[in-house]
Amino acid sequence: MRRIRAAVTGAVSLSLAFTATACGGGEGSESSPKTLTYWASNQGASLEVDKKVLQPELDQFEKETGIKVKLEVIPWSDLLNRILTATTSGQGPDILNIGNTWSASLQSTGALLPWDAKNLEAIGGKDRFVDSALGSTGVPGKDPAAVPLYSMAYALYYNKQMFKDAGIAEPPTTWDEVIAAGKKLSKDGKAGIGVEGSNLSNNIHQVFVLGKQHGADFFTADGKPDFTSDGAVAAVKQYIDLMAAQKIVAPGNAEYAQNQSLSDFAKNKTGMVLWQTPQQTFSSQGMGPEEWGVVPAPVPSGKPGQGAQTNSMVAGINLAVFKNTKNLDGALKFVKYMTSDEEQIVLNKAYGSVPPVKSAQKDPGFGAPSLAVIRDTLANSAAALPQVPEESQFETVVGTAVKELFADAAAGRPVTTESVKARLEKAQQQMPKK
Amino acid sequence: MTETAVAHPTEPAVRKATPGEARAPRRSGRRRIALPYLLLLPALLLELLVHLVPMLMGIAMSFKELTQFYIRNWNEAPWSGLDNYTVAIDFDAPVGQALLKSFLTTCLFTVLSVGLCWLLGTAAAIFLQENFRGRGFLRTLFLVPYALPVYAAVITWAFMFQRDNGLVNHVLHDQLGIGDSPAFWLIGDNSFWALLIVSVWKGWPFAFLTVMAGLQNIPRDMYEAAALDGAGVWKQIRHITLPSLRSVNQVLVLVLFLWTFNDFNTPFVLFGKAAPEAADLISLHIYQSSFQTWNFGTGSAMSVLLLLFLLVVTGVYLLLTSRGRKTSDV
Repeated sequence: MRRIRAAVTGAVSLSLAFTATACGGGEGSESSPKTLTYWASNQGASLEVDKKVLQPELDQFEKETGIKVKLEVIPWSDLLNRILTATTSGQGPDILNIGNTWSASLQSTGALLPWDAKNLEAIGGKDRFVDSALGSTGVPGKDPAAVPLYSMAYALYYNKQMFKDAGIAEPPTTWDEVIAAGKKLSKDGKAGIGVEGSNLSNNIHQVFVLGKQHGADFFTADGKPDFTSDGAVAAVKQYIDLMAAQKIVAPGNAEYAQNQSLSDFAKNKTGMVLWQTPQQTFSSQGMGPEEWGVVPAPVPSGKPGQGAQTNSMVAGINLAVFKNTKNLDGALKFVKYMTSDEEQIVLNKAYGSVPPVKSAQKDPGFGAPSLAVIRDTLANSAAALPQVPEESQFETVVGTAVKELFADAAAGRPVTTESVKARLEKAQQQMPKK
Repeated sequence: MTETAVAHPTEPAVRKATPGEARAPRRSGRRRIALPYLLLLPALLLELLVHLVPMLMGIAMSFKELTQFYIRNWNEAPWSGLDNYTVAIDFDAPVGQALLKSFLTTCLFTVLSVGLCWLLGTAAAIFLQENFRGRGFLRTLFLVPYALPVYAAVITWAFMFQRDNGLVNHVLHDQLGIGDSPAFWLIGDNSFWALLIVSVWKGWPFAFLTVMAGLQNIPRDMYEAAALDGAGVWKQIRHITLPSLRSVNQVLVLVLFLWTFNDFNTPFVLFGKAAPEAADLISLHIYQSSFQTWNFGTGSAMSVLLLLFLLVVTGVYLLLTSRGRKTSDV
């Protein structure tokens, strides 16, 4: 009896130990040509908002083609794991949204339909899309793994009243000006600029752009991790120093990961924030469009452009088709529908993003100053994150390193070139060896 | 009291009944022997399917170079021999170092958490043995953490531990004036204590429930006799309660140990995907190695190592406690 109990206990402990490696099942994919399953990422203020935005468009699609689309909106925190699970089990949706920075990583799993000339032709051709958006659809030289759906870019948002109170006449355009303005703003419990220190992806976006400004790419030309180059170390240190050395970031931001920095901004606690299309969040927090201004994200000097003057990553959402869909024809029709001018205008307006489709961008609705900044950034001074299969791991390990460095800075521990380099060294060695 | 009172009168009855009872199994014969196994069969099959098969798959994965390139069909991943294991236990390199640190953190965390859970649970159970007004209410209240869904409970804690808007700092810093500035609980070194507090809060009601059940089996007259002999409360606890609870405690501590050592939900909900270094428990660490860096082979190897460790600990524990029981039985 005792032996049996030992065996049972052993089995229980075995199974517990294996929860980390066991994989769950995914959603069943549809075999009927009259239905499609669509996993949408969370773009609106909530999952419910997304359903309200998307459902009428899906109904319209059903009316036109007779194909019913089953919608599931998936929060960002779950999306990548859900896609991985679906990839392993082969039981996924027909169509899905992916963060465009994951394109190359997901492409390497072989689960997504390659957009070869024939497939692209079915949706109107490659030329419909803006170049920078196409740059985030997979490894260069390979057929894209996805097509662009919504485009976004970083810009500097500033609180007009706080600027006025601090006597700052012009919104900053260079980092020196950001720091100068930040120091004027940082008093009486208020802070100059907000960061999301515990949000791994956001950390990556920021240090990637700073890396570009220091001439570093985080990956070598042949796709090997290169996290410890002088430029990369300087970029990460510059970002952490906004809190550690310049003290224009409130220490509490080190634990932010749920857009608390946007709430602080809307509540007049932070004067500036670097973000991609936050207008909906601002208004949901009670901040009217006249209360904030927007200028291109800062550069080292002069005007935003390419190379050292890059001031944003190419942010956005892509639409991908699961390779083993039983309804390829319907999926292609759906992608064509979602990237049509009319749908692009409706959806991008609803989400405050910019259409990656050239002809839809011409709609006057996207000419408002706040969106013009984004549009110009995407056209002139944004760079795609490295399109390498290990991009998603890079987000995790370097994003975590930045999070730990912010924790050090918040606790008052010194952040030096050496400590930054040591963290990045550790991150690099955590990358899978090839 | 019940044990001795019942045992004596039934003894002759049992003896008399022996011939009659002995006939019964002979009559139904083989079916009687097969029945228990038949009843166990569905559970065994499910156990095989739900636990054993994934476990064997996990072991197989640990010998493969399983990255995102092969996740779609992991059978095709190239064989890598012991590479994953050498990476995991190379304590001079960052991956091994981080694993070792996470392991040691988990050991310390488990000892503290299990110890505190046991102490609190036992104290509360003994306290609630006496009948008094409001006992029922307190018993119910104590079980609340156990009854709440883990996610809801832990996310509430995460809110309370927020530095700027959380209740914990509001009380400690704003009202009691502890510390120059509000402390961080969800990042940095304090995260270990935050995790421990949530873990104990969540775990002790189970200890309470188990010990309370164990206490029901201790005959009251033993206490009465001890009290007559002049033993105080502490002496009664030491010489009657604790020895009588021995077998209950053995199971309780083992189960709490396994649960705490493998706890994934609490750190995951409290800290998200990347736990702070000070609170990097091994299950979340393995999750990050597997699912966040898509290094499933190394993650599996780490899981197998963890499994071996838990098997050894459990085995030694069971051996020690069963030997102890044998000598005490004699």
